[in-house]
Amino acid sequence: MSLKDIKKEFPIFSNKIQNNDLVYLDSANSSQKPQVVVDRIYDFYTKEFSNVGRSIHYLAVAATNLYENTRTLVQKYINAKDKNEIVFTKGATEAINLVANTFGQKYLKEGDEVLLTELEHHSNYVPWHYLRKSNGVKIKFAEMDENGDVTLETIEKNITDKTKIIAITHLSNVTGAILPVKEITKLAHSKNIPVLIDGCQGAPHLKLDMQDLDCDFYAISCHKMYGPTGLGILYAKKKWLEELPPYQGGGGMIREVKKEGITFGELPNKYEAGTMATAQVIAFGESIKFINKIGIENIEKHERELTVYGEEVLRKNNSVKLIGNPKDKGSVLSFTLDGVHPHDIATILDEDGVAIRAGHHCCQILHEKLGLSATARASLGVYNTKEDLDQLNESLNKCKKIFS
Amino acid sequence: MDLKELYQEIILDHGKNPRNLGKFENFNKDAEGYNPLCGDKVHVYLKLNEDKEIEDISFEGHGCAISMASASIMTELMKDKKNPEVKEILNDFLDMIKQSPELKSQLIKEDEKTKLMSLSGVKRYPMRVKCATIAWHALASAMNYKKDENNSEKFI
Repeated sequence: MSLKDIKKEFPIFSNKIQNNDLVYLDSANSSQKPQVVVDRIYDFYTKEFSNVGRSIHYLAVAATNLYENTRTLVQKYINAKDKNEIVFTKGATEAINLVANTFGQKYLKEGDEVLLTELEHHSNYVPWHYLRKSNGVKIKFAEMDENGDVTLETIEKNITDKTKIIAITHLSNVTGAILPVKEITKLAHSKNIPVLIDGCQGAPHLKLDMQDLDCDFYAISCHKMYGPTGLGILYAKKKWLEELPPYQGGGGMIREVKKEGITFGELPNKYEAGTMATAQVIAFGESIKFINKIGIENIEKHERELTVYGEEVLRKNNSVKLIGNPKDKGSVLSFTLDGVHPHDIATILDEDGVAIRAGHHCCQILHEKLGLSATARASLGVYNTKEDLDQLNESLNKCKKIFS
Repeated sequence: MDLKELYQEIILDHGKNPRNLGKFENFNKDAEGYNPLCGDKVHVYLKLNEDKEIEDISFEGHGCAISMASASIMTELMKDKKNPEVKEILNDFLDMIKQSPELKSQLIKEDEKTKLMSLSGVKRYPMRVKCATIAWHALASAMNYKKDENNSEKFI
């Protein structure tokens, strides 16, 4: 599939949004959906629907197979060793909560430290925060430097003999910093510390190889990967999924239930209690196939070129100040505009059909460090073009004019 | 056209040069309004005398043009107003910003109405209503007003 006509694969771009062509620059928040994903949801509900893993009638068996096919597709996509290392969740947030909760319950006690970074999204801080109260756990934040990076050295400096787990972002949703996650994992493992990677921004944009990366946990958000909402993935090494207690209780995750006691099911059922987001899982299989058709390497290359172009365009605009200048940068352009608050920027841009995000992007710790309450952010996806970034710049000039 | 309605001259003026900005020394009531969506904050300070009259009012904060302008216009309007009046104007403004096409209170003078109505453009932008009301909610809480149990949009 060629990148040139890729916008045509996404039905939203053939619709006018408030009489404008859509310039969608909010993919770090959520990506648009290709027709194949939308169709798959429709087809499943109209022709193939049944609950999975329970009944033995024709539709139930077929649906179960489709559901499990996605698990295999995900396994291959991230090169996990075993398909049972893939757990479906309701989102990356739930994936991280699952680890914080079960790992915390089993291994964390008073005085133990969880090491995060100042870059973290609230979803990789708040789940750990609960352990402060329940277990007396201490949370440390590895510092972000003036480029918006967190270096291996800073991580190393923050590790103590009390550090029990390191949970870090793969790619910052504000500064765009790509962390040296492989090196951090190697360092952590040399000290017997497991590593969780928040891959919300990593998985849609970077080639993943779990066996090479060697991390213990990796959280994925499917709606940021051209997939449906309500679905996330937790990759976890099998030994953890076997060792850790179940997260939620309910149907589907048990082996035997008696009045005196309960035994739990095998992997991956142990962590998939209740009826799962079946249609979303099946449709997400199409998202993976869609990405594979283009090739994640090609997507990464395209987005990196656009990021460089976007930075050039915005640097030329004297009123724009880019946030973060990391060594290795993903397709996120956060900025401020002299004399115009990010909320006002977003409203004015919206009038031209340019969709960006304004605010703290669920990263208040990071914004406090920057000394800003809010920033504006343009984030890219496979469908973006240089023209989109030119339009962004033009609309920013309109903001300046209104506020001049 | 719509943008011009939202970013009227009055708003741009008050947004850029907010009146009554900064804490003053002898305030005796204060409260903070916070918008969790964007992290914007507006802190309102009052000097309330024994008759529950606002002798002085100011605000501190950072935020968008809408929130700063709204806080600025509010502080100008509320100075020297007494308790029941403050509540009436506050409820009238909140009603207007969310739904009502006009301000109904007789306590608001025509020139003041013009200023307040300049904020009515946010009605078309539901995500921005909070920006226009953040200072007003802070004032309500500094005045110790409680929300009506039957109508959470109204202070009693």
